[in-house]
Amino acid sequence: MVDLIKRAKELLESSAVKVVIGYEQGTGNKTRALFAEKAEDADKLIFDSRCVQNLAAYITKKEVKEKGKMAVAATLPVMRSIIQLAAEFQVNDNNLLVLGITPESKLIEFANLIEVETFVHQYQIEIDVRNKEMLDKLEKMTQSERWKFWTDELAPCFKCYACRAACPMCYCSRCTVDFNQPQWIPVASTELGNLEWHMMRAIHLTGRCIDCDACYNACPLSIPINLLTKKMLTDAKEHFGGYQPSLKGDHLMSTYKPDDKENFIQ
Amino acid sequence: MNIDKRLVRKDSLEKLFDILKQNSKKIYAPFSKDGKTIFKDAESFGGILTGYVQTTESSKDIVFPRTEKILDYTKSKEGMSVKGIDLKDIPDVILWGVRPCDAIGIGELSSIFNWDYKDEIYNNRLSKVTVFGFSCYKSDDYCFCTSVGGNPGNTTGSDILFTRLGENGDYLAEVLTEKGESVVSIAPGIFEKSETAEKEKFLAEVPVKFNHEEIKEKLDKFFESNEWVKQSLRCLGCGACAYVCPTCACFDIQDEAHGKRGSRTRCWDSCGFSHFTLHTSGHNPRDIQSARWRQRIMHKFSYMPERLSVYGCTGCGRCSRACPVDMNILENLISIQEVTL
Repeated sequence: MVDLIKRAKELLESSAVKVVIGYEQGTGNKTRALFAEKAEDADKLIFDSRCVQNLAAYITKKEVKEKGKMAVAATLPVMRSIIQLAAEFQVNDNNLLVLGITPESKLIEFANLIEVETFVHQYQIEIDVRNKEMLDKLEKMTQSERWKFWTDELAPCFKCYACRAACPMCYCSRCTVDFNQPQWIPVASTELGNLEWHMMRAIHLTGRCIDCDACYNACPLSIPINLLTKKMLTDAKEHFGGYQPSLKGDHLMSTYKPDDKENFIQ
Repeated sequence: MNIDKRLVRKDSLEKLFDILKQNSKKIYAPFSKDGKTIFKDAESFGGILTGYVQTTESSKDIVFPRTEKILDYTKSKEGMSVKGIDLKDIPDVILWGVRPCDAIGIGELSSIFNWDYKDEIYNNRLSKVTVFGFSCYKSDDYCFCTSVGGNPGNTTGSDILFTRLGENGDYLAEVLTEKGESVVSIAPGIFEKSETAEKEKFLAEVPVKFNHEEIKEKLDKFFESNEWVKQSLRCLGCGACAYVCPTCACFDIQDEAHGKRGSRTRCWDSCGFSHFTLHTSGHNPRDIQSARWRQRIMHKFSYMPERLSVYGCTGCGRCSRACPVDMNILENLISIQEVTL
């Protein structure tokens, strides 16, 4: 990514931004986040198909925010996350510059978040074929089969909350699951505790999740928790005509419209 | 006690499994699931893995479960009645296929759970566990047991250590403890006499990557170093490293109430979480991730050796494999060693 390195250096040298967040070569065959604060750090920037971590998760991190204005090397999922974060007042043009990386791996710089939004809206969020098949399979199961599927899958979860940490939309400084007085959901990692945590996570993310799979990729036990958010995304599309993150903040689950369906009230 | 060296034929492992099952032992062994290697209650011998470098999770869950009920309580007009758990309900368990870096970790856990207060539940669980260690004949770039005093054929922590003598070979069984001997006495035909077998040439090679004593000395003067900030900027503050670690022992106590009844559980906790040290006043002495990351390293490589005379790290490398953002503990320890103060 010669263009990216060049632009990052310019931005850092001119102090237009204090930090450029991108990817660098990690240990083994892994890639990881790079926080370039000096022009020479930018030489380490890379971009290839292994760079899938959603870097938007760092935008709301206290230690990163404190550095000042940041530029982020943003793939499509990262750009979508940024728009949703902007709609939730977590980021704005004053503290963030987006160095977009198009699906064709071309660098595209945006003057402001409105331009990012316009770019993002050219692409629909599409669930990949393999996961779509899995969702269909789950849909066709009987209720008890589905219950067994989820209790089996969620049983190993030890609540390390890597899913929460890796998700750009999970930026609450204190999560409901961390409260114990009162305890809203069981804190312990048990069948009920795990089920309630993952249900809460999926519902809290409905209309906000941009389907980047960061939660699944972060899970050290490879539990397919992204199927829950994908299901919510599918239902949102079916009942509310789809979802695109937008700066208007037209939040799917928290905005009432007179023509909203009410057929779930029985 | 002298190490009793025996030979176990490759085909005899299954017979040993069956004999132990007939003696109503629960056997936890490594199986493959969705690309991960996990310990589970083995119903039969088929499917037990042998060729893995390391299991995804450590085996500590058997002695220190992620969620452990401590007591049940009931409130009534007469007051509160409390019922502890029945220690007799803790089953006899064989931990089958434990790597030496996990087996040694059990000793490190034990030193924490017996530091001042002798943890009754932990010690009871431990007394019911027989560890079948399996030496490593494979390693990967995350392994560093030899840098923290271990090795791929280390006997510490195992009751019997099995070492495969070459590809498709038989096993050398080193019977190390009374628990190990009692297994031999249940299945005497399986453990043949063998005075000559040597294991060294069949072990994985794990080069030494750093000097842990030098690291310890360095850490004594390293508390305020900017290196912690540099290393931890990409850390997202989840608990994956702590939960896969064979020696992380921090826990939280939670009450779960259902009307006038309820139970108290102890649940794993992690120093990586931002609220781990959050005081009721709202003050948090470790309010940034670098302070939390520092705590993780200091605890394992400075505080534990000082207080308990053991290192809190066995070099299993699991934390680095599990980390979603490539916080590689080996890389970070080496850079601590290399920083000039």
